[in-house]
Amino acid sequence: MSALAAVARLSGQLRGSRLVLVCAGMLLAMTVVALLGPVLSPHSYLATDLDRRLLAPTLSNGQLFGTDDLGRDLFVRTMMGAQVTLLVAVVASIVSLVIGVLYGAIAGFIGGKLDAVMMRAVDVLYALPFIFLVILLMVVFERSFFLIFVAIGAINWLDMARIVRGQTLSLREREFVDAARLIGVSSFGIIFRHITPNLLGLVVVYMTLTIPQAILMESFLSFLGLGIQEPQTSLGALVNRGVGQMEQAPWVLLIPAGLLAIVLLCFNFLGDGLRDLADPRDKAQ
Amino acid sequence: MTLLQVSGLSVSYPGASKPAVNELGLTVNDGESVGIVGESGSGKTQTALAVMGLLPANAEVSGSVRLHGEELLGASLARLNQLRPQKIAMVFQDPMAALNPYLTIGEQLKRILIAHRIALGKNAKQRSLAMLRQVGLPDPERQYCAYSHQLSGGMRQRALIASALIAEPDLLIADEPTTALDVTIQAQILSLLQELRQASNTALLLITHDLGVIAENCERTLVLDNGCLLEAGTTRQIFVSPAHAGSKALIAAASGLDNAAAVAPLSAGALPLLEVDDVSVSFRERRRGGGKELHAVLPVSFSVRPGETMAIVGESGSGKTTLVRAVLGLLTKKTGSIGLLGMALPDALRKRSNETRRQMQMVFQDPVASLDPAMRVGSIIAEPIGVHEPGGTAAHRRRRVDEILDRVGLDPELKARFPHELSGGQAQRVAIARALVMQPKVLICDEAVAALDGTVRRDILDLLLAEQRRSSLSLIIITHDLAVVRQMSHRVLVMYLGRVCELASNDRLFRQPRHPYTRALLDSVPVPDPTAARKPRAVSGEAASILRPPPGCVFHPRCSHAVERCSKDTPLLDETAAGKVACHRAAELDLS
Repeated sequence: MSALAAVARLSGQLRGSRLVLVCAGMLLAMTVVALLGPVLSPHSYLATDLDRRLLAPTLSNGQLFGTDDLGRDLFVRTMMGAQVTLLVAVVASIVSLVIGVLYGAIAGFIGGKLDAVMMRAVDVLYALPFIFLVILLMVVFERSFFLIFVAIGAINWLDMARIVRGQTLSLREREFVDAARLIGVSSFGIIFRHITPNLLGLVVVYMTLTIPQAILMESFLSFLGLGIQEPQTSLGALVNRGVGQMEQAPWVLLIPAGLLAIVLLCFNFLGDGLRDLADPRDKAQ
Repeated sequence: MTLLQVSGLSVSYPGASKPAVNELGLTVNDGESVGIVGESGSGKTQTALAVMGLLPANAEVSGSVRLHGEELLGASLARLNQLRPQKIAMVFQDPMAALNPYLTIGEQLKRILIAHRIALGKNAKQRSLAMLRQVGLPDPERQYCAYSHQLSGGMRQRALIASALIAEPDLLIADEPTTALDVTIQAQILSLLQELRQASNTALLLITHDLGVIAENCERTLVLDNGCLLEAGTTRQIFVSPAHAGSKALIAAASGLDNAAAVAPLSAGALPLLEVDDVSVSFRERRRGGGKELHAVLPVSFSVRPGETMAIVGESGSGKTTLVRAVLGLLTKKTGSIGLLGMALPDALRKRSNETRRQMQMVFQDPVASLDPAMRVGSIIAEPIGVHEPGGTAAHRRRRVDEILDRVGLDPELKARFPHELSGGQAQRVAIARALVMQPKVLICDEAVAALDGTVRRDILDLLLAEQRRSSLSLIIITHDLAVVRQMSHRVLVMYLGRVCELASNDRLFRQPRHPYTRALLDSVPVPDPTAARKPRAVSGEAASILRPPPGCVFHPRCSHAVERCSKDTPLLDETAAGKVACHRAAELDLS
């Protein structure tokens, strides 16, 4: 009952916050189009047609976004790229959320030696140069889609863990935690029932920083040739490729770049709005 | 001559349902001291800020504020900046927030003089030093170069008063100037304000919730409630024959130390429920190579019987909170043992069984901070039921929550609220409900009513008394408020710098204190009766740092009865039929 009520209340509040709704709606619409677009379009993301290179966007034969320098349909490729970008965003945030929050909350709440050991481990991981780590992964394992997630996830949760630990350190000194201990709630009960919910506002804000960061990181890796490999693509890889044709065919750059910017902005605004909703104290009357 | 004339002053904020101040009028004459009293939200501070021109930008102000006939509302910022320290100055409640942490105390004083071209160069320094001396700062040359965080609370408030008075204003507005201070320091600051005021003929507008402070310091008084003026008149008239029902209630709620205890007498021969035996707590300074050991609480023993209320009194830093936290197991004690119902309790809370944890519960000072901000009231109160009756159904928990809400006098509709949506009194009732739902045997209240207004405080204390009568609950009340001690307790433990000064029955302690510190505490409490004879200043100086306790009796540097022996030998806690006292001269002194 309470879960249903919470959902009902949250949706009531969501209706009040137009910005959150608009951004969530746009991201949702983009996801649907990105998933369905390649299926519905008559064109394939692989098929090259050297006679039809760098065509301007047109409605006539369904090539809404035109074609790239190899004559591939840019609409289908952009949608494929958006799929990858959104997937990176989702996976990176889930990894940093689950690992980072639990790791940070446990280290911060238990404290003492365990905290010291756990946080030094984070420091060691921080000290590894990111690119070196990625190259190492690529060398040791087969190069794959999955490795990009591992690499980005492995970096992203570190920040989250540090921030969550800091917040937990101050939360555990609060009187309501003492009250819970006196009641007889176990340490894990306190972490799950009292600490984690109070971290929510902070975590949501931090997520809005992590998601764009992950998206940009993926673009960066792709740019270096360590990320998504042709003919697979992502928004970042498309932008990178578009830079070459900037002068003759600006749409090859502008369309994926614009889409990337919209995705990043939507995530930022969404985070802003969600933070206001997650913190019961900030709620407008 | 009229100095300040406020008429028809209204302050409101967009979105608020009612104005913060509503058509208020008041006058202050030259050299007069006027008090404004009211509970929180009554508009006292808003009035002061309106007079000072310090209201936030979104406040809508109307009416008139005239100083020496000059209209201040709508005056230019340049003009206000001229007037502000020279004609009208303000002392705020929190001196830590009011002093600039990046400037030394002396620099802050000097800047006022230089900015207003009152004195320059060496002269400014001389005048600043003289001012610091005048407000009674010990060692003014050193404090001149100190930063605000290096001073104690009382010294900070003195420095703030110095900065307010250095430009010799005609009117000083003091907004709760002593609320954050200990009672003995409060007495010192208030008498300092009086002395300075009389010496320079400055008028004082004193804003406080404490009727005792008003009664001792103000010639005329205004009673505010909800932004409206209830009553204005001479202080004596308002205390002796209040005309308005609201001010009557306010004065009735403010009780001095004369009201006898309201607690039920104990049945004789009951066995102790909680026995605290030689418990001491010490911390180690965090420093490389171990650091110094800091004795927060030296061995303390006391026991509490079923249905008994033990009050622990002392100023901040006396170790009272540390002591009960050790008893509860929230801190590790250094020595001693704690027995509950004849069984020794393990040190750490996690080693205590849920059943023993249930027996001892605590109510904290800040009611909102002690409730999880992300949980609703219903789940906050249901949580202990879930822990202690794991098999119970949701319906059972709901019924128990409704039951307990009814018992503590809360509307069941509040179950859906978050803690920040409650008033202070409601939040404290929720905290009490959360503790009582476990049916504890001992309830420890750490300054549980310190953050609450007079009438709300009364209600919470009545609730605790009712619970005690109902289930012979034992209470341990930690407080610095002696009026609460007088009304609520059977026995009183007085602590100073982690040591027990005196342990005596309520009546005995208030009628015949045997330790000079107890006497000083009693004398420092402002009496809400303007007709009472003025008491001599209770005690000078401030408590020493717990890091460097004075040798011998720790109270001797402040004690007016100290003899040579007091600075050498540590007095032992002497037990007689009347209680315990740790003073070399207890037998020869008559402090009653």
